[in-house]
Amino acid sequence: MKIVYSRPKSMKEAHFHYCPGCGHGVITRLIAEVVDEMELRDKAICVAPAGCGMLVYNYFDIDTIESAHGRGAAVATGIKRVLPENLVFSYQGDGDLAAIGTAEGFHAANRGEPITIIFVNNGVYGMTGGQMAPTTMLEQVTTTSPAGRDSLTQGHPVKICEVYATLDGTSYLERVAVNKPAAIIKTKKAIAKAFRHQQQKTGFSLVEILSPCPTNWKMNPLDACRWVDDVMTKIFPLGLIKETKKC
Amino acid sequence: MSGNTAVGEAAVLAGCTCYFGYPITPQNELTEYMARRIAEVPGGVFIQSESEIAAINMVLGAAAAGARAMTSSSGPGISLKQEGVSYLAADELPAVIVNMMRGGPGMGNISPAQSDYLQATRGGGHGDYRTIVLAPSSVQEAVDLVYVAFDLADMYRNPVVVLGDGMLGQMMEPVTFTAPPPKKEYPKDYVLTGASGRPSRMIRSLLFDTKEEEEHNWKLFRKYQLMEQNEARYETFMLDDADMALLAYGIAARIAKGAIKRLRQEGLKVGLIRPITLWPFPRKIIQEAAKELADFFVFEMSTGQMIEDVKLALEGKGHVHFYGRPGGVIPTPVELSRIVARHYYQSQRSKRR
Repeated sequence: MKIVYSRPKSMKEAHFHYCPGCGHGVITRLIAEVVDEMELRDKAICVAPAGCGMLVYNYFDIDTIESAHGRGAAVATGIKRVLPENLVFSYQGDGDLAAIGTAEGFHAANRGEPITIIFVNNGVYGMTGGQMAPTTMLEQVTTTSPAGRDSLTQGHPVKICEVYATLDGTSYLERVAVNKPAAIIKTKKAIAKAFRHQQQKTGFSLVEILSPCPTNWKMNPLDACRWVDDVMTKIFPLGLIKETKKC
Repeated sequence: MSGNTAVGEAAVLAGCTCYFGYPITPQNELTEYMARRIAEVPGGVFIQSESEIAAINMVLGAAAAGARAMTSSSGPGISLKQEGVSYLAADELPAVIVNMMRGGPGMGNISPAQSDYLQATRGGGHGDYRTIVLAPSSVQEAVDLVYVAFDLADMYRNPVVVLGDGMLGQMMEPVTFTAPPPKKEYPKDYVLTGASGRPSRMIRSLLFDTKEEEEHNWKLFRKYQLMEQNEARYETFMLDDADMALLAYGIAARIAKGAIKRLRQEGLKVGLIRPITLWPFPRKIIQEAAKELADFFVFEMSTGQMIEDVKLALEGKGHVHFYGRPGGVIPTPVELSRIVARHYYQSQRSKRR
């Protein structure tokens, strides 16, 4: 019998803590698959965030370090400068990268640090219970925007890829999603491409992944997947945002 | 050489290959020196970071990757670094943090002060942890203690603070760079290099299980106990026949020595206990001194912070006197000697009664 599907080598045997229908599990696995396929397990170092993604170090069977909330890009910078030949990537959510870690992410991108950020955008603070994130949609109801996000008092969804695209240090920025099989395949390709950019030292790379959060969106998993297409992609259009060199 | 540049050179000689910093007065010469000097070091890394928070987190990353890493700042910037210092302590990662103190709180000013004693000696950030705090009182001693700082950081896998002040950072003194003691080999079995030919490693401080977190806290505590047993350092000056012991650290101890020399000429038997480690605090020498004399005069360039540790060490014994000048004011030895003399004579009178 031929094995066609199994746990990637870069993953430990563990149960995900993610909620049913959450995109994190898919993303975690995709990263491990790419690390395996590119034979980077021996070189990979993951910086884990604060938030739902924080426990990735329980799942990845690669070297991992936890960072304080928002500081992933700074920690990854410190590691990468000491170990320039290793694959260093930071796994961050929207609150982590687009709110508290704005400065660290922006300036790592501006310096063109040859690191990769896997940016999981689900529009809410998941782990703390569904508060408004910088990427929350206008009129979206969260526990801290109970009347819906109001642009007059709560601002607008932050478009990280588009902001980073203005920085000369960034070499590869793409926005993808994990709400349906075709999108998942594209996401995997994007992660691999970002890692190739890092290996070829072209500059800073980031993959923004729109990811469903049925628990905090108060939806069933199917509706959450549809909502990514129907609502999120209207504000966060999918596709290649920037690539300075084909990799 | 200025204290700031001397600290930079000492760090490089001690094997520091990574420096991350953000400009703030009065320590800018250190950041500037490292920008030039680290470029000459093989594998040397210098980053002027976007903030002090980023700098300390870069230190954390570099330490996790096995490098000797340092950052430096002054009061307001040190406050921002406390988040990272807490993580360094929790993750048991080595690092050296230099604080050239200035007047505070808030923006304060850029004059020399000893306003951050409590912040430095009580951990500084959130959680149950300690950092070793070294307080040099000359440029030469700053050099010598920077060597010590890197070794202690590696030995205990803990952040070490070098606590100077604006005067120490800015003043020029002759200094000799003796070769630092040969770098000892410390086990680096925690370092992240990629899981090549070994199981993967994890550096984290998140322990949801309260039992695990409690055990981690006790583990750290036992390490701090070991530091308290082995690392307390101090200097005494004219203490043997003294009726009154001055207690001062860093640059204030220099002023105190000047005052003591004047007082001795006038026949007042005053000596000095100078803590070199502020944490662990050299309690034993104070307790020893309390067997011989009753008057302890604490002098600080603050409204009184170390005085708490002196009182804790004395456990209610003796009389504790105090003189402080906060806000970046630098008192002269003459000024201090007058105040000390007044307290000295008052004590002598009350003893006779």
